[in-house]
Amino acid sequence: MTSMERVLTTLSHKEPDRVPLFLLATMHGAKELGMSIKDYFAKGENVAEGQLRINSKYHTDCLYPFFYAPLETEAFGGDVIFTDDGPPNSGIPLIKDIEKINCLQAPKVKDTKVLHKVLKSIQLLKEKAKGETPIIGVVMSPFSLPVLQLGFEKYLDIIHFRKDMFNHLMQVNQEFCIDWANAQLEAGATAICYFDPVSSSTIIPRELYLETGLQIAKQTIAQIKGPTATHFASGNCLPISDLVSQTGTAVVGVSSNEDIGVIKNAFKDKLTVLGNLNGVEMRRWTREETHRIVRDIIQKAAPSGGFILSDNHGEIPFQVPDEVLLTISETVQTFGVYPITKKQQ
Amino acid sequence: MDKFKFIINDLERALLTMNHEKAESIVINATSISSPIEIASELISQVLQKIGEAWEEGKLALSQVYMSGVICEEIIEKILPPSDPNRKNQPKMAIAVFEDYHLLGKRIIYSTLRASGFELTDLGGGLTSENLVGIIKKEKIKILLLSVLMLPSALRIKELKSKLSDSDVKIIVGGAPFRFDNNLWKEVGADGYGKDSSEALEIVNKLMEGSV
Repeated sequence: MTSMERVLTTLSHKEPDRVPLFLLATMHGAKELGMSIKDYFAKGENVAEGQLRINSKYHTDCLYPFFYAPLETEAFGGDVIFTDDGPPNSGIPLIKDIEKINCLQAPKVKDTKVLHKVLKSIQLLKEKAKGETPIIGVVMSPFSLPVLQLGFEKYLDIIHFRKDMFNHLMQVNQEFCIDWANAQLEAGATAICYFDPVSSSTIIPRELYLETGLQIAKQTIAQIKGPTATHFASGNCLPISDLVSQTGTAVVGVSSNEDIGVIKNAFKDKLTVLGNLNGVEMRRWTREETHRIVRDIIQKAAPSGGFILSDNHGEIPFQVPDEVLLTISETVQTFGVYPITKKQQ
Repeated sequence: MDKFKFIINDLERALLTMNHEKAESIVINATSISSPIEIASELISQVLQKIGEAWEEGKLALSQVYMSGVICEEIIEKILPPSDPNRKNQPKMAIAVFEDYHLLGKRIIYSTLRASGFELTDLGGGLTSENLVGIIKKEKIKILLLSVLMLPSALRIKELKSKLSDSDVKIIVGGAPFRFDNNLWKEVGADGYGKDSSEALEIVNKLMEGSV
């Protein structure tokens, strides 16, 4: 099977030839190209080449031209801080005075240069992938973006006490998110990863999700002209599993803090589960540990399809050694072949 | 502690439903049976600890922990202002976000500790090793609570510790990378790790007793 066939089969809750592997190594491409992280993310050509090398080295089943989390606040005029050993981070929140939220306008993708490098990387990957490997575009959900736009504290205050302001912010962010997602699909992305950590049960209670994040997700996903995968970026989602299934998403990215077997059951035949290797711990896994952990997850979550092996955050730390990534890949090639055989105790 | 047993659940309920008025009236009524410092260090501290633990167990969300801390901090400010001589006598303590501007975790710990009667300086976010070394030495900080979001920042705490080898400051860490790797705090040479506000409070209490 090609990667595309493998992924489509698991998405239809059937067993493909083997477990699909999404190794979401966003920064390792810089290492492959011998570049600093800042230089690497300066051009779409670099990220496209980096992703192709990651794909060929680790036999992953997707191309993932995700640049960095604060890209979208950069589009709104915010700062990005680059370091040599980690993901670019957001600077001081862009909106310092919340009263200015009512004047906030959504940037247009076509006029925002910083986004064009991402579209370029997707276009280049599309030419190379020839439809055989899914290309995953990324958006930050309108509901989660405000953490970077104005900071978490102010945002929580607005959610709870300033409904008018919250509604305006959501309207602006939704307009941008839909435009941005559809531009990536038009450039050649196969699907969009909808990062929504604030909706996770780690951050807000179910009742608040029902009123806010769920409604925003339903409205936004309905206007994205392609399949979506919702990712909670290490946040828990079991308490809202029944609701996430109603958002129109096809895949859910889950945390290593929740049991993958329980999660698989909760989403069985509804959503495909993506996860849940612990990216932070992965940095110091031995070969034996890597084998054991990968096999354990496969045993619990892979039977009957509807499962893609990945990390729990949507971004593998730069510090994770290539050897660990190679061992993950090797374990999937060996023990991820369907039908999944039971591990000897 | 027993004298608060009939109101602790009511206060918790008021906080989780964000009923500021109700929470305040419970605390004000408690001043008829107890001193403000006892209310802070026993009643409030216990409620916030319970809420922090419930988050750890996945029963509550971070937004509820945050709102509860902020409400309690505001109430305690009224009955026990920062200048009140009855506030806890303690070594100089500060809190900061290391190399980052994601401030929520720091804010939660800050509120929890202040609402429990502790005084601490908020150094803000985006601080580097150089900034912190200078501040710690100048201000003679004895306990530094450090919040981080990114793994590389967590790893650089090791460098900060080595720059402070001639100081007796205790560094207590917290934040996402430590929550996903239980051994990381030891690897970076921290003196303690609190995975949530309740653990942070527990560690600070132990430090005050000199057992960390």
